[in-house]
Amino acid sequence: MIRLEMLSRVYPVGDTEVRALDQVDLGIEAGEYISLMGPSGSGKSTLLNVLGLLDRPTQGIYRLEGRDTQGLDELQRAQLRSERIGFVFQSFHLLPRLSAFDNVALPLVLAGKPPHERREQAAQALAAVGLTERAHHRPDQLSGGQRQRVAIARATVTRPALLLADEPTGNLDSRSGEEVIGLLEELNTGGITLIVVTHDPDIGARARRNILLHDGRIAEDRQA
Amino acid sequence: MRTRDHLGFAWGALTASRMRTLLVTLAAAIGVAAVVILTALGEGARQYILGEFSQLGSELLIVLPGKTEKGGGPPGFIFETERDLTLQDAAALRRLPHVRAVSPLSVGAIDISAGAHAREAILLGSDASFEQTRKLEMGRGEFLPPLDLNEAQAVVVIGMTLARELFGNASPLGQWVRLGQRRFRVVGVLAEQGTSLGQNLDEAAIIPVASAQALFDNPALFRILIEVESRSHLPSVEKAARRLLTELHQGEEDVTLITQDAVLSTFDEIFGVLTLSVAGIAAISLLVAGIIIMNVMLVSVSQRRAEVGLLMALGAPSGLILRLFLLEALLIGLLGALAGSLLGRAGVLIIAEAYPSFPVMTPTWAYLAAAGTALGAGMLFGWLPARRAARLDPVRALTGR
Repeated sequence: MIRLEMLSRVYPVGDTEVRALDQVDLGIEAGEYISLMGPSGSGKSTLLNVLGLLDRPTQGIYRLEGRDTQGLDELQRAQLRSERIGFVFQSFHLLPRLSAFDNVALPLVLAGKPPHERREQAAQALAAVGLTERAHHRPDQLSGGQRQRVAIARATVTRPALLLADEPTGNLDSRSGEEVIGLLEELNTGGITLIVVTHDPDIGARARRNILLHDGRIAEDRQA
Repeated sequence: MRTRDHLGFAWGALTASRMRTLLVTLAAAIGVAAVVILTALGEGARQYILGEFSQLGSELLIVLPGKTEKGGGPPGFIFETERDLTLQDAAALRRLPHVRAVSPLSVGAIDISAGAHAREAILLGSDASFEQTRKLEMGRGEFLPPLDLNEAQAVVVIGMTLARELFGNASPLGQWVRLGQRRFRVVGVLAEQGTSLGQNLDEAAIIPVASAQALFDNPALFRILIEVESRSHLPSVEKAARRLLTELHQGEEDVTLITQDAVLSTFDEIFGVLTLSVAGIAAISLLVAGIIIMNVMLVSVSQRRAEVGLLMALGAPSGLILRLFLLEALLIGLLGALAGSLLGRAGVLIIAEAYPSFPVMTPTWAYLAAAGTALGAGMLFGWLPARRAARLDPVRALTGR
């Protein structure tokens, strides 16, 4: 599903350069469950952003579902994000002015889906994370765990093939974190490709494949 | 994204920060209201002047001695001809068809006194027809008696202000006043007239034209006023009068004829320009409002960087982000235009209530122009912030860097 060849991402910082990703080769099959670990600045978030088409590599090739992403313009990248990729962030990134339901429906709204279709799909996604009865609460009326579950519903409402989670449990207590990870694993069981960036070794160890990054290179790639 | 969802999203963003939206809308509204109110004042001034002049009647044809390009220039500077307008000219004009009245007019300044009171006044020499051609209203007594044009008589009709200053509360009728070296008997007092055609008739004294010529020792007339039977006869009478006067003046066309319409259209033009320039000044406040909109939108964009990043991550192309933020600015412009029009309308009504004699009225174009400018300002000044939002780097926006 994903092929990276000699992929580098270099940031200019002052006079010098920071090699956030340094000639990374990586292959990921559909349906995999991968944890990305490594110390701060090892490039794991950069890798996730490149995979999510939010960032462009400086060099190298990124193939997503067989397509070379190099030649895609901004509109095509946006469309792939809309249809094929879901994001879950550490700080949830829910829009505070929208209800849980409207937050979940937002990707469908942006994609221009008709209202009846949106209602149905958003309701399903909310039900899948067990928050049907909280549909009309605003984010500030929800607990952290509930907020992250809303965010997961939002990430999956378009039925993407790839789910990217950046420290999904970083802002949660361990019980809510457990729930959220359980939910993500459930989605993976349903067929979605799941990549989780985490600091937490316990959570990292739950993935079937663990990739350890160090200074922008893959230091370890281990199937559990 | 669907059009309705565009609107819903932008509206949601605006209502989420009510105070900010309210204040920036107020700024736009004040700009629009200023345009509406100031235009109403300019338009009011125009209507007021037009009203003043149309009191004279649109059936009036004015004959000036001398050939000038247009009816402008201060009186006196038109005496450039060798032949003056004379009483014979006036008498001849009276015989033209479709002419209702012809008033000769000679004008000068003179000292007027009654007993111990003295002052300077405008002296008009004319005849009984002047009451008709200048639409004069009598306060007391009678206007000048019908006389032969060449016949002098020591009678005078005085304006309201003159009457008050010379005689106080006593009745001037039958009293004698001294004009220059001669004595005249007051036969009438004009009702209050105000200023029209540049002459304040309240401070004027009117005597038979032959008497005025004797006083000034000058047979030349300042003007001849011709009132035609109806407006439709104006062009034919104008042509006939011109031909007649040319004939009387040995074949030389040395008079100028202006119609009331020509004077009116000149003033109409002047005040049209005035109104436009006042509206232009008011538009500056709209410009200021536009800059405020831009400033607020820029702050809003930098406060909502995370939101922009999220929208991008959820698959919104940058064009969509641009449209959404532009729409917010447009909505502010629209709200400002609506509120400002209402505010301006209210202001105009208050002015109309306070000064009932002054006709304030905002022309429809002013509302449209103001609203259009507000929308335009929203669009123009919303562009920069919207573009800034659309060009954000999603990764940096999401992480707040």
